Amino acid sequence: MESALVLVIGVMVAAGVYLMLAANLLCYLFGLILLSNAANLVIFVAGRLTRAVPPLIPKGQEAPVVPVANALPQAMILTAIVIGFGLLAFTLALVVACYRELDTIDSDHMRLAEPPPDSGEH
Amino acid sequence: MGWLLALPFLLPIATGLLAMAARRRPRQARAISLAGCIGLFVVVVIIFVRVLDQGTIAAQMGNWPAPFGISLVVDRLSAIMLLLAGLVGLAVAIFAQADVDLRREVLGFQGFYQLLLAGVCGSFVTGDLFNLYVWFEVMLIASFALLILGGERAQLDGGIKYVALNLVSTLFMLMAIGMVYGLTGTLNMAALHVAFAEVDQPAALHMLAVLLIVAFGIKAALFPLYFWLPASYHVPPVAVTAVFAGLLTKVGVYALIRTFTLIFPADFRFAHDLLLIAALLTMLSGVIGAASQFEFRKILAFHIISQIGFLVLGLALFSPLALAGSIFYMVHNIVAKTNLLLISGTARRMAGSFKLAEIGGLYRASPVLAAVFFIAAFSLAGFPPLSGFWAKLMLVSASLEQAAYWVAAVALITGALTLFSMSKIWSEAFWKPHPQDGVRALASLSATERVQRMLPAILLVAISLGLGLFPQPLIHFCEVAAKELLDPAAYVATVLPARDG
Amino acid sequence: MISLILQGATRLLVALILLFSVYMLMRGHNLPGGGFIAGLIASAAFVLYALAWSLREAREALRVSPVKLAAIGALISLASAVPGMLKGFPPFTGLWLFIGGGAGDKGIPISTVLLFDVGIYLAVLGAVLALFFTIEED
Repeated sequence: MESALVLVIGVMVAAGVYLMLAANLLCYLFGLILLSNAANLVIFVAGRLTRAVPPLIPKGQEAPVVPVANALPQAMILTAIVIGFGLLAFTLALVVACYRELDTIDSDHMRLAEPPPDSGEH
Repeated sequence: MGWLLALPFLLPIATGLLAMAARRRPRQARAISLAGCIGLFVVVVIIFVRVLDQGTIAAQMGNWPAPFGISLVVDRLSAIMLLLAGLVGLAVAIFAQADVDLRREVLGFQGFYQLLLAGVCGSFVTGDLFNLYVWFEVMLIASFALLILGGERAQLDGGIKYVALNLVSTLFMLMAIGMVYGLTGTLNMAALHVAFAEVDQPAALHMLAVLLIVAFGIKAALFPLYFWLPASYHVPPVAVTAVFAGLLTKVGVYALIRTFTLIFPADFRFAHDLLLIAALLTMLSGVIGAASQFEFRKILAFHIISQIGFLVLGLALFSPLALAGSIFYMVHNIVAKTNLLLISGTARRMAGSFKLAEIGGLYRASPVLAAVFFIAAFSLAGFPPLSGFWAKLMLVSASLEQAAYWVAAVALITGALTLFSMSKIWSEAFWKPHPQDGVRALASLSATERVQRMLPAILLVAISLGLGLFPQPLIHFCEVAAKELLDPAAYVATVLPARDG
Repeated sequence: MISLILQGATRLLVALILLFSVYMLMRGHNLPGGGFIAGLIASAAFVLYALAWSLREAREALRVSPVKLAAIGALISLASAVPGMLKGFPPFTGLWLFIGGGAGDKGIPISTVLLFDVGIYLAVLGAVLALFFTIEED
């Protein structure tokens, strides 16, 4: 099961990197989403996979009676998802603002902050 | 104790939220923010004194014992970084009162500024790798907002590049954290120190080292990952650039130092060699990039990069003297760099532009400003007896100690080229007459604005000068801090509960 | 786009979604749920409202500005650390207060953890709506 997930992560990273290399900012954003979910899966796999044993302690017990799934990676993934969600929403808003203000989402045409040397900057 | 260590991030968060709620009344928001910065400075001074007195101190959040809960740990390195964050935070907050326009205030400048300080301070106090990631994100979100606040076209353009590369960095960091957890089953840095010593998988260690160097290297603007910095640091208001230059990239360097002294075993030459090459190339490419620029703020932005090289150099050489040199350089650089950017903002206010070709005559308009610039700039270039001289002396003698002569040579060349850039700014902006004779005197600004602009600059330059004339106490402090870093046994013992056997 | 069906259904749905979000918030301590998810659900209600009617009316229905709501929520979360401080525990130590407990029954638990979750709920609601309103506004 772990090795299957690792393969999935590999494919997601490859696809994410491919998309992120595009000049189009929307493609970049989609690549980022893939990559960020791949990172979450890495943490998930790192916590070892345990099927269908939620880490809940039965009533009257102090500790789980049977080996249960590792809850810590799930808590970390939840945190990472929350943060990733905020960052992606922000980046999307930024791309929208860019499209409105600069009329392009092609990063090759964004030369305002770094004008090419022949544009009479000096 | 727990409260004292949590205050460096709790206080700015609370201040930021209050300032955010009051953002429609900018005068109130500014007052709240300034009060918060003063409070933060007091807190970090108390922590610093406490650490000087007792050595490393630690606290466990939510009363969960380490390594299960989140630990906050402050050793000497963290303490001095916190002190610098408090100092820069206060200085820039005063300057921002004059420099940031009301439109940006209403959009929530003060709130994001405080959030940024919270992220920076949180990164310095945390003793947990995942928590470090969270603080990095807090810092990142705040810096995104500060960078594009105002929504000018150039800001959006630079912001996209900054956001794009920094998001990649955080994803690398997240993946590395996942793998560290898979390898060791813990993320508490002190526990990781113990666990990594027993890991017998060189391949995994090498991969993690590369992932973390890339992740922190993007944050720190290390060669060849620094392209976002010159693309974005010159677009926001100068107060924002100053706090970015003073603190943001330094958090990346701090994370590198922390990771490769505490977590990875000390005899892990692979990472040190990699860092050494990256550091040297960073120094050279940064300073050459600066030499080719003709704009006040862009020159300074490229110099941030070259100085990151010096900071990482001390880590890469990995001797007590080199690490002490790195820490001294950090102190000197944060103070001098922030100050230079603040001065560049005042220079633009008086002469009307950042472009060197369009300004001039600043020496005549304000000898005080010129003197402050002169001391800060030549300190940056490493002139004796200013603070940068001692920092470079420590690093160069550390490299000579290891018979790495070419490292010393690169450091000296970088110093010479820095001097070239600083003299260029001096002669163009300060010495030559203004091309249109349009420079306004400092005295023509209102008294309040003069104080807001000059007080932080004079405060910081006094610190630079003090460090240069009386470097011994700080050198001694840095040596003790470096010894702590190279022998983390005391750090580990403070964080982890005592174990039997 | 004005759709009578959507508007009619929204009247019913918004109330249900908001109620459900509070349910998710309350059960979150021991079961799946919690402040973040509940906040997202609640913001979905307002997003639906904005789609069915208009952005302006959704803003009016929220009554406070979303940014202010987020700031207040975060402050409430921070305030949950205060009881621990008064009792001398490290920051964010969980404390419980049981109301009306009897024999065999612990009573209704009120905890700093719940207060923290309520803060998160408001913060997420405010932040998501602030983002949504900003992107939708033109």
